Amino acid sequence: MPEQASAPRFLPAGESCVVVDFGEYIDYNVNRKVQALRKALEKAAFPSIRELLPTYRSLAIYLNPLKENPRNLRKKIEEILSSMEKENLPPGEAVDIPVCYGEDFGPDLGFVASSNGLSEEEVLRRHSGREYYCYMLGFTPGFPYLGGMDPSIATPRLSKPRQTIPGGSVGIADQQTGIYPIESPGGWQLIGRTPLTLFDPRKNPPILLEAGLWIRFVPVSSEEYRDIARQVASGEYVLSRRERREP
Amino acid sequence: MSILVEHPGMLTTVQDLGRWGYQAVGMPVAGAMDPLSLRIGNLLLGNPENAAALECTLLGPTLRIEEEKILLALTGADLGMKINGKRVSPWQVLETYRGDRISFDGPQGKGCRGYLCFSGGIEVPLVMESRSTYLRGKLGGFSGRALQKGDALVPGKPGLLWESCAGLECPEKLRPQEPPKNLFRVILGPQEEKFTSRGIETLFSSEYTVSNAADRMGFRLEGPKVEHAEGADIVSDGIPPGAIQVPGHGEPIVMMADRQTTGGYAKIGVLCSGDFGRFAQKMPGDTVRFTSVSVSQGVKILEKQEENLRELLRLRASHRSRPRIEEEILPAVTEESSCGTSPEKLRGNWQITISGDATYRVEWEER
Repeated sequence: MPEQASAPRFLPAGESCVVVDFGEYIDYNVNRKVQALRKALEKAAFPSIRELLPTYRSLAIYLNPLKENPRNLRKKIEEILSSMEKENLPPGEAVDIPVCYGEDFGPDLGFVASSNGLSEEEVLRRHSGREYYCYMLGFTPGFPYLGGMDPSIATPRLSKPRQTIPGGSVGIADQQTGIYPIESPGGWQLIGRTPLTLFDPRKNPPILLEAGLWIRFVPVSSEEYRDIARQVASGEYVLSRRERREP
Repeated sequence: MSILVEHPGMLTTVQDLGRWGYQAVGMPVAGAMDPLSLRIGNLLLGNPENAAALECTLLGPTLRIEEEKILLALTGADLGMKINGKRVSPWQVLETYRGDRISFDGPQGKGCRGYLCFSGGIEVPLVMESRSTYLRGKLGGFSGRALQKGDALVPGKPGLLWESCAGLECPEKLRPQEPPKNLFRVILGPQEEKFTSRGIETLFSSEYTVSNAADRMGFRLEGPKVEHAEGADIVSDGIPPGAIQVPGHGEPIVMMADRQTTGGYAKIGVLCSGDFGRFAQKMPGDTVRFTSVSVSQGVKILEKQEENLRELLRLRASHRSRPRIEEEILPAVTEESSCGTSPEKLRGNWQITISGDATYRVEWEER
């Protein structure tokens, strides 16, 4: 990632979508700009914008070209971009995700430990001892692409993927860590599980996490896991967000 | 009161215009593969254009009407619809009554996706603001799946004057049109720079065949390989409908309604939205060709389609306001009518001559 990223580029993606690209990098500072533009456009609420889709490095802007000429809209977005550069980016927000590590919840914790020459406790300590940045959601509804895992616990995927992985499972695949939002097949090494529900189409909003959030995994016992699961089921559980100071 | 599924057909799903607004959390849009045909069907019936209908693939379902009376119309591909064993025309509002049986003979030529629309639409719970079925996510539509034998579909409440749409037909010229010279129009980007100029030339000069790997998620095409400049992989970004992504094997994949929200293959171009629905009607074995157009040409195609829809609205307004004279009361009525064509409000301006001597002028307007 170069120190001075180049100016954002407007890339056509059909006549009803334009991509504002901030540079082809998986990089926190690039993604922060994506999030900042997204927030600014949400606030501006231009009627010709249908939907915003932030990814690692770009913001796809779905628009209705019959409501407003795409060239006009582009001018407005360019104005927002230039005023954004002068302002400081808004502070980030962080959330705690409770995770019960090992045992039935994380059947691969032992393998992740042994293949990296670590104890299970040490894997747990390294996995939960830091904040992860959520670059984007995708793959399946609510699946967070997290950045910032300690490379010393990186583990290759299972050679034979599992048919079903319970929703809430926390896994490692190479240098990445993530949470399965819903029951699905998959090949990640499972080290624990969160009692939180990441995706529930009946809820509003249906997705717990969002791109641009920081996430910290907090180890809990199996008793605490069950207690939180009860609170989630009854709707009492509230995921609290806190402002995050830049380190 | 319902519409009973006696046979589900090959792949029949409930679809509206899609689950827009949730791509940022990874939720695919889904929705009708041929959205223009769905909009026309709903418009003919006086429904909101986003009302849910049945997307029928190749072999349509067999249904029994258990409603007192319901109007329906088949748009999109002509799948050979029959009412009580008698062949009926697509693109036309038909009346059906309790006990009537809807069945299909199979595709009658171009296209494989028909939209069976009902007055009032199909009533299923809204999931994230949409009634569309997203099959892989097992959500939306009818219990998140394709229809099965024994399902009972509940129609929604039709709008006022719904019965007056009976008989309305969408004229040929207002139906979705094949792109000129059968060239599907593509806007280059967002990653055309990931391809060599020879690769881009290949895409626009070659004929491609829709492979068997063609479903609601995407159509893989077989044909000359599109050359990358240096590798097919990109840092994941958004995938709009109709995006043409080219993985390392060089054969293009056109991303359709159930596409994932983001992906890591370079996209050489995106089909014009105006051509998306016609492309969705292609079947494995069909051949397609592409041509490059600008963003403003893409907008013009959409403008033309919107103009056609407005024209259809005007037709509907005059169809609805046509005089219908009860013959028992006035046996010798000749009618001449000229109708207001405001799509927002129904108006009529009729000149009625009875038995050749008395002439009445009636002007009226919907309140």
